[in-house]
Amino acid sequence: MAEYAANIGLEVHAELSTKTKVFCGCLTAAGAPPNTQVCPVCLGFPGSLPVLNRAVVDYALRVVLAFNCEVSRPSIFERKGYYYPDLPKNFQISQKRAPLGRSGYVEFPVDGEMHRVRIADIHIEEDAAKLTHPEDDRAHSLVDFNRAGMPLLEIVSEPDMHSPSQVEGYMNAIRSALLYLGVSEARMEQGQLRFEASVSVRPADRAELGIRVEIKNLNSFRAVLGAVKYEIARQTKAVQAGETILQETRLWDDLHEVTAPMRTKETAMDYRYFPEPDLMPLVVDDEWIARVRAELPELAGRRRERLVREYALSDYDAGILTAEKALADLFEAAVSRGAPAKPAANWLTGRFLYLLNERNLTAADAALSPEALAEVVELVESNTISGPAARQVFDRIAFSGESAKKVVAELGLTQISDQDELGTTIDEVIAEHGDAAENYRKGKESALKFLVGQVMRKTRGRANPKLATELLEKKLKAD
Amino acid sequence: MSTSSSLHELTAAELADLLARKEVSAREALDAVYARVEEVEEDLHSFVLLTRETAERQAAEVDEARAKGEPLPPLAGVPIALKDIYCTKGIPTTCCSRILEGFVPPYDADVIERCRAHRLVFVGKTNMDEFAMGSSTENSAFGPTRNPWDLDRVPGGSSGGSAAAVAASETVLAMGTDTGGSIRQPASLCGVVGLKPTYGRVSRYGVIAYASSLDQVGPITKDVRDCALLLGALAGHDPRDSTSLPDPPPNYTRALTGEIKGLRVGLVKEFMEYQGVGVAPEVAEAVKAAIARFEELGAVCREVSLPHLNYSIPVYYILAPAEASSNLARYDGVQYGYRSADADGIIEMYRNTRNEGFGAEVKRRIMLGTYTLSAGYYDAYYLKAAQVRTLIRRDFDAAFEDCDVLVGPVSPTVAFRLGEKADDPVQMYLSDVCTIPVNLGGLPGMSIPCGFSPDGLPIGLQLVGPPLAEETLLRAAHAFEQSGQFHRRRAVPVRQRKGRRSAVVREG
Repeated sequence: MAEYAANIGLEVHAELSTKTKVFCGCLTAAGAPPNTQVCPVCLGFPGSLPVLNRAVVDYALRVVLAFNCEVSRPSIFERKGYYYPDLPKNFQISQKRAPLGRSGYVEFPVDGEMHRVRIADIHIEEDAAKLTHPEDDRAHSLVDFNRAGMPLLEIVSEPDMHSPSQVEGYMNAIRSALLYLGVSEARMEQGQLRFEASVSVRPADRAELGIRVEIKNLNSFRAVLGAVKYEIARQTKAVQAGETILQETRLWDDLHEVTAPMRTKETAMDYRYFPEPDLMPLVVDDEWIARVRAELPELAGRRRERLVREYALSDYDAGILTAEKALADLFEAAVSRGAPAKPAANWLTGRFLYLLNERNLTAADAALSPEALAEVVELVESNTISGPAARQVFDRIAFSGESAKKVVAELGLTQISDQDELGTTIDEVIAEHGDAAENYRKGKESALKFLVGQVMRKTRGRANPKLATELLEKKLKAD
Repeated sequence: MSTSSSLHELTAAELADLLARKEVSAREALDAVYARVEEVEEDLHSFVLLTRETAERQAAEVDEARAKGEPLPPLAGVPIALKDIYCTKGIPTTCCSRILEGFVPPYDADVIERCRAHRLVFVGKTNMDEFAMGSSTENSAFGPTRNPWDLDRVPGGSSGGSAAAVAASETVLAMGTDTGGSIRQPASLCGVVGLKPTYGRVSRYGVIAYASSLDQVGPITKDVRDCALLLGALAGHDPRDSTSLPDPPPNYTRALTGEIKGLRVGLVKEFMEYQGVGVAPEVAEAVKAAIARFEELGAVCREVSLPHLNYSIPVYYILAPAEASSNLARYDGVQYGYRSADADGIIEMYRNTRNEGFGAEVKRRIMLGTYTLSAGYYDAYYLKAAQVRTLIRRDFDAAFEDCDVLVGPVSPTVAFRLGEKADDPVQMYLSDVCTIPVNLGGLPGMSIPCGFSPDGLPIGLQLVGPPLAEETLLRAAHAFEQSGQFHRRRAVPVRQRKGRRSAVVREG
């Protein structure tokens, strides 16, 4: 049977984190009561007119430049017409024929090799309102216009991905870039990142693409990957059976993990795009591009190389740290506050990520301050606290944001490094465990470990284990 | 002259002078205007809403401020009538459409803010063709307005209510909007002065959109000086309208020098005939007489040809309905205005609401626009029309290399009879043949009285200038006006027979 290859393209809708909406001055902050961040413009009232928020263009340009796109000059806003109760004007202001950015690319590692995906188009548009359908009232739906007019960036890729792992790499690269560029919080669960996929299959030895199927309702990485896997399998099977693939739009069903037909080409929407007469063509001049380019932050790939170079980290550790901007930021801030690089990196890539994974959180959600991280490293390095005590402290400051020194003081975790104080405890332990002491003297090395353990137990972990071992050895040999 | 019974007949400049000298109060002027409304409105139906409570409060505030010696703007206390197309906070605004039934805007249009800042007094909202689509005011959901010069004839449109109200002295000043001639054509048919400013000169913020790339707000007044005064109050940059021009407006009254020696005037050939058919003989005669007058005043006149103007009507009837079909999509019954009571589900609610809420002409243009924007037709219609629009603009640019002002008729005929063109949309569309090209060019255009037909119906002269040449238009119009008596004639609209029911809606 013939081998088949898939071509996958993604449309990413990212909500930009500007202070105000894209065409009016309403705030974008999340969590406000319904319909409190609205005005005649975002409600689409008669007579209202849009005015473009320049900050949205700044944010969009960062992405356009970071993804190596050409800037359309001018770029044109257009009206995309369709009727839906979440769309106040029954048209959406978007860009179609002259998007802000075009013909770029993104590169990211997949299975140890760099993969390049071409970006067809990056454009600015406005979000729609949010509809809710109350369970107990089937005659009405509720509309919250707070979301209407929120700035969205749509990033459209060419169908340059061929496997779910490439799709995953692409989504991670996009999300990471949005966070690094500081243009979106990219929180999936709040709908700040939404996807649409297109999938086609073809015989592996043929270059010509197969019939394209679009998939909507993809609200998580998991949904995208599930839908892509399902579609590749479905289409491959159909083609192998000699069936023709229908050019259509399908919906992903998260519950049953299948795609189902939504509409075919014959019933496709006609959006009747035409240039938005209420907005002038957007002309981004050289100066504007130069300014945004100069302010462009370092992205994950470059930062990883720099961390290896500057801090002598392993490529692996640097990779883990830079995968999430907040993590790498914490690392560099702690080092700049005097923490040695290697132990600081170990805390973050080890215990911290373990705690985050356990709670299904990201570094941005945690409260760990770089000062506190630097303190923990310093307290351990200076033998002020023991390893186990340090872990106890870290687990707390990771989510409380407290100072490590304060927690150590509060819990009385300071390491006992005083010979006299520790000597008394050791004498007690030897007295209580005469048989173990005897065994050690007879040459059973493991008995020493047991006795050290008892010292640690008696001091509730505060004893300096190295000093305790030395003292024990000395005392046992002297007796 | 300052007896309160004739105050409504004064121009704004005359009234403002009396008000400033405290010879009359704003309240007296308002009472005179409302007395006139009482007298003639039953016959005319210029207004769809009289805002008497608001007006009396505004007038009282002006009088109080003046008594205290507070500084006031020049037009403070002058009554103005507002086309029912501007959003007025707390005052119903319908665009004379059933679909905006019950809509009370939560905000003021920029021009309304400016009127308030200039302390003008709001007489009421005037009648218009539904969503400004029409040339006769017969397309109003609230019934037609009649021409004060002949009650069997239309006042023109779409700002027919405003033009009729000024012509019949039911107000001192009025405002209209002009997308394809909606200020100039009714001004011409009612024998008053109307000016459509350069696109972007006056803010469109809060003006209910018909065709966004063509709509402009402007004054409708009794003479040219009033026109300059009101334009000065309305013009200026507004950051809420992205198409608003940043240039600070000049003091327009300074342009009224009476001096036009050497002014280069071009009579546009394409304004005088369309597809081989000339304008009505009495109109052609009045325009030619006006040219002769300009020459007597020292202007240099010649004929010019702008060949692409012949495509103006088809270009306009592609672009304007395309924009309208999108602008009017929001009237769906979800948030405001009319919602069909009889609907099962969202699609039916949309369908019934729009079917019951819009009138025939509005539906016709929505369908036209929806069609020309559809996939597969866009390039052949919208794109082609946009390209021809560019050619029309170039024709104007070329003409203004040799001319300071272009002139011609405003309307190919005098006011036509009610119902005469109501069933023939194409004939109705042709009545805007001379005005539409000016909107396509984004240029300032003006209508001033230049004569009367043998039946005693007014004829308007159109003056067109390059972008931001409002001062040139006003200077030429003023010199022409002051050399004759046309602007002094007033319509006498009172019908002898009584007993018809008033259609006026009261505020409340």
